[in-house]
Amino acid sequence: MKIAVAIDGSENAMRAAKHAIMLAEYLPKVTLEIIYVQDLSKAKDERLLSQSPESLALKREQKMHPILAMAKESAVDAKVIILKGNPSQEIINYVNEKKIDKLVIGSRGLNSFQEMVLGSVSHKVMKHVDCPVTVVK
Amino acid sequence: MQTLQQQWFGNVRADILAGIVVGLALIPEALAFAFIVGVDPRVALYASFTIAVITAFVGGRPGLISAATGAMALVLVSLMADHGLEYVLAATILTGIIQLILGSLGVANLMRFIPNSVMLGFVNALGIMIFITQLPYLVGSGTMTYVFAIATLILVYAVPRFFTAIPAPLVAIVVMTAIALFSGVKLQSIGDLGTMPSSLPTFFFPDIPLNFETLKIILPYSLALSIVGLLESLLTSQVLDDMTDTPSNKNREARGQGIANFITGFFGGMAGCALIGQSVINVKSGGRGRLSTLTAGAFLMFLIIVLGDLVVKIPMPVLAGVMVMVAATTFNWGSFKFLRSAPRSESIVMLITVVIILYTHNLAIGVVIGVILSALFFVAKISRVSVTNEEGIYKIQGPLFFASTTKFIQAFDDINDKQIIIDFENSQLWDESAVGAILKVITKLESKGIAVTIRGLNSSSEQLYEKLL
Repeated sequence: MKIAVAIDGSENAMRAAKHAIMLAEYLPKVTLEIIYVQDLSKAKDERLLSQSPESLALKREQKMHPILAMAKESAVDAKVIILKGNPSQEIINYVNEKKIDKLVIGSRGLNSFQEMVLGSVSHKVMKHVDCPVTVVK
Repeated sequence: MQTLQQQWFGNVRADILAGIVVGLALIPEALAFAFIVGVDPRVALYASFTIAVITAFVGGRPGLISAATGAMALVLVSLMADHGLEYVLAATILTGIIQLILGSLGVANLMRFIPNSVMLGFVNALGIMIFITQLPYLVGSGTMTYVFAIATLILVYAVPRFFTAIPAPLVAIVVMTAIALFSGVKLQSIGDLGTMPSSLPTFFFPDIPLNFETLKIILPYSLALSIVGLLESLLTSQVLDDMTDTPSNKNREARGQGIANFITGFFGGMAGCALIGQSVINVKSGGRGRLSTLTAGAFLMFLIIVLGDLVVKIPMPVLAGVMVMVAATTFNWGSFKFLRSAPRSESIVMLITVVIILYTHNLAIGVVIGVILSALFFVAKISRVSVTNEEGIYKIQGPLFFASTTKFIQAFDDINDKQIIIDFENSQLWDESAVGAILKVITKLESKGIAVTIRGLNSSSEQLYEKLL
């Protein structure tokens, strides 16, 4: 069985990851895929807000590292999947293509106006993936 | 690094499609940049065509989109106002020569010394300045101007939510121009301010006297253009390296920018450089290779020649609306968070870079001062040296060099022990000032009858000490 959790380094994603690891602990023969999407439209701002290409790489690593450590501690078989592009689109494509059995994703906790302007990744993903989805607040 | 064949033909279909999208996306900005400088739209459109096509061949970062840009346009404003187009073209040619020389000398390696606080200051000031240049087309021209500008802005932000195949600014321009034409609203249009080219650019020499006087006029501008163009081009190259996970030859890119500007000046185009926005659009649309850049330039020229008669009908408030979006995208909104969370020295460098650019209207001066300032802050930070006394053993913490020796010497002003040990285990001697300072301390203490022992020098410090003494 394949469980996936989509993360972006936010608090909510962290909670989603904890939830996914908990699920994985209770299920037999399960692998956990930690999906991180590098949003290409943010590439410029990410570069400008980090000291050097190396520090940018470190910042990204820091988003995945604690989750991998948590999975290891719980003896969950986990691997990191790094994708590039539009986050919701990439998550949807990956989950449907790789026939993931269950997706866990954090909600960003935007108010309805922000959601209208920015668009909600979790909402869009929920609508278009084929497998059951858990949205973690 | 990929082979040349891969760089050109490794991604043909996606490169051509992305190039077409970018070609479309280049048009509104090229027009607006021409109006910023105060030249005919031709000057910017020809520049975008020649620079894109030439950098496709000689650039160092496949997929990078170079053309007429806002940053270069802003540098050229006062040269155009004071001396006219021929001098703008001459400055463009000289910029090409300077960039080519700098690229050959390995200027890209200096990119390391430009901290991100300076780059943030650069893009933020650029965003603010682009916004300011649009105000004359928006303010005080009647209600309909505001209505069209705001409607354009709404379209630019709303369209991508539903539809991403064609760049939103272009959709907005087509829709709003159609509305303006059919509703018969009277608005200032591009045709009121300039003429569109109807043929390909041709080769000619700028009509300027070739003497020292001319050089004195254009050299400061060419230097500024070189700095601004290289900074934006190399920054954009880094962004594309990151987006595509492929390396690029930055010095070749610098030389390529030089060659492109040099040639562009002879074809009646103004200086340009890489465009961050369009390069990102290119990669997001699937463009990876050189063919995408070539297609973008060629398609831009094709469209202008075919559709020139329609382009002149675009109302200025619509173009200004699009440029407000460009200004907002150029500005880094994460900077406010940066100001709160970054070390104070970096925040100061960022703010001062912005203030200097807005005050002098010169992006290059802001960048140079920003870099100097951050270098000084760095020296101040690294030059912290502390001396702690533990029962006659004086432990030195921090590197000893020209900037930190004063504090080191002062620490030994009032010593009352009969004999002391100076421990350099957690220090490092960097230069002759360091050795000189140690010598000075020893001499001073020995004159007071205090015996001094030096210990804990690491091997490179020891070598320096022995060599100089």
